[in-house]
Amino acid sequence: MNIAVLLRAVPDPVEELEIDGEDLDRDFLGFVLNEFDDHALEEGLLIKEEVGGSLTAYALGTADEVEQMLHTAIAKGADSAQMLGEDLDVIDAHGQATAFADALRDGGYDLILSGVQASDELDGQVAMLVAAELGMPHMSVVISATPDGGDLKVTKEFWAGITADYRVSLPVVLGVQTAREAPRYVAVARIRQAQESGALESVDFDDPDPTDRVRITGMRLPEVGDGAEMIDGDEEAAADKVVEILAAAGVR
Amino acid sequence: MTQDILVYAEHLNGEVTEASFELLAMARKLAGATGGSVDAAIVGPGASGLAGSLGGADRILVGDSDSLGDFNPQGHAAIFTTLVQAREPAIVLLPYTSVGMDVASIVATATDLPLVSYCLDLDASGGLTATCQLYGGKVEVDVEIDGDRAIFAMLSGSASADDGRAGGAGAIESIDAAVSDLSIEFVALNEPESGDVDITAEEVLVAVGRGIESEDNIEEAQELADALGASLAASRPIIDQGWLPKSRQVGKSGLSVKPKVYLALGISGAPEHLEGMRDASTIIAINSDPQAPIFGVAHYGWVGDIFDFMPELTDRLEG
Repeated sequence: MNIAVLLRAVPDPVEELEIDGEDLDRDFLGFVLNEFDDHALEEGLLIKEEVGGSLTAYALGTADEVEQMLHTAIAKGADSAQMLGEDLDVIDAHGQATAFADALRDGGYDLILSGVQASDELDGQVAMLVAAELGMPHMSVVISATPDGGDLKVTKEFWAGITADYRVSLPVVLGVQTAREAPRYVAVARIRQAQESGALESVDFDDPDPTDRVRITGMRLPEVGDGAEMIDGDEEAAADKVVEILAAAGVR
Repeated sequence: MTQDILVYAEHLNGEVTEASFELLAMARKLAGATGGSVDAAIVGPGASGLAGSLGGADRILVGDSDSLGDFNPQGHAAIFTTLVQAREPAIVLLPYTSVGMDVASIVATATDLPLVSYCLDLDASGGLTATCQLYGGKVEVDVEIDGDRAIFAMLSGSASADDGRAGGAGAIESIDAAVSDLSIEFVALNEPESGDVDITAEEVLVAVGRGIESEDNIEEAQELADALGASLAASRPIIDQGWLPKSRQVGKSGLSVKPKVYLALGISGAPEHLEGMRDASTIIAINSDPQAPIFGVAHYGWVGDIFDFMPELTDRLEG
């Protein structure tokens, strides 16, 4: 099976965010692989291991984090990887989808996987927009895709633990929420090997313009702590107070 | 084009979802500004029987069809695309859910309409504007739409579902729900697997999030839960890593819980998580990020390291 996986770097979800005008203050912001894309990669690797074929990882931009995440993908088992364009750090979901779709169009892929969502996708989900641009069938919130004859047996999650099974002919684009197995760990030594393997290719092409049809006119940190009475002091003071709260709630 | 608002009414297992009624409430608010009517489209098996519950709409467009199974991403997107092309509504509302996500981007591309995700609130009184949440609910943005038509994918809780239930009996119209040549075939719907513990029935829950950092640290949270006579629950990243079973997941894709006390440890409070626990009687949140959205729904909060806090509380409960 000829598989493509689309990877994106997003602001580290554990970091505190600061705002500069109408965007995040990106100067000191750490970027990490979108966790759903990590699951998409894992599912792609599992499928490749089951039926053979090849897996190519794609990412936009040339930032160090992007290079690192593609080398990691190679170390985990991707056959090759492509860095697309140059200055693609800040671009809307439509622009990202166009860039990915242009790169994928002639690739003859049977299966295109990406994370179901990313935390910065204001104007739509990239995986589904890629499907729409390529005119390919699609499914999001996928929690399992297993080869079944020449098709895939795909499980999609709805809510409250309800899921559904589908039989899916190829080609298809899947937005993955969770892989069948937790994303694999890869040793740093393997990533170093990947850096020297030459499997990462930088592809130059015209950076798409942001569509600008959905404009951010203001950005702020939401008011938090409105309802929360904040506990002052160190962890001992916090634990004392929580014991009181538990007693007041009648559970101690 | 029209001034109308078209709502995608989502249903599963013979029930219209809460999210759909929230959309109807939002649509009614917007219709007051645009002067258009509110249409609700409901497609799939049993749609005719559910149409009567969509009283918040002026017109209910029903495409009853068994051929798609309970939900077919490809088929439902195709039917809704045809509808938007034919009716030309000014505003299209979908839920930001597993179903809405499958439909929204496809319709937006096919109709070349702007699409806005993660929406909390909309205003049509002077041009189309939206308030949205980004970065897991850590940032709010004001958004201006280019043009006077757009598709919006709304987060849960954006309007009152009860307001969307109110209303009379809308006029019911049949729409064509026949699609062919689908490469995706619905096979079966699966009910949730039950686990060792029913977290929806627990009085006290200790819930861990990304801040727990590693599987090895789960034990420390379990000790705290044991000392408190509580069960351990978790947010999605912990379940996805396989550190706790799916039956312990709180949130949109997991379970909704309403315990007497919900102690959230290292949970930032993404909208999907808040949806599943915001109705707990007492919410206590411990997080190192003072801006974590969990503090917005918590009753009590402490900013600090959960690994400093957990042993202190366990000691007190055991002592």
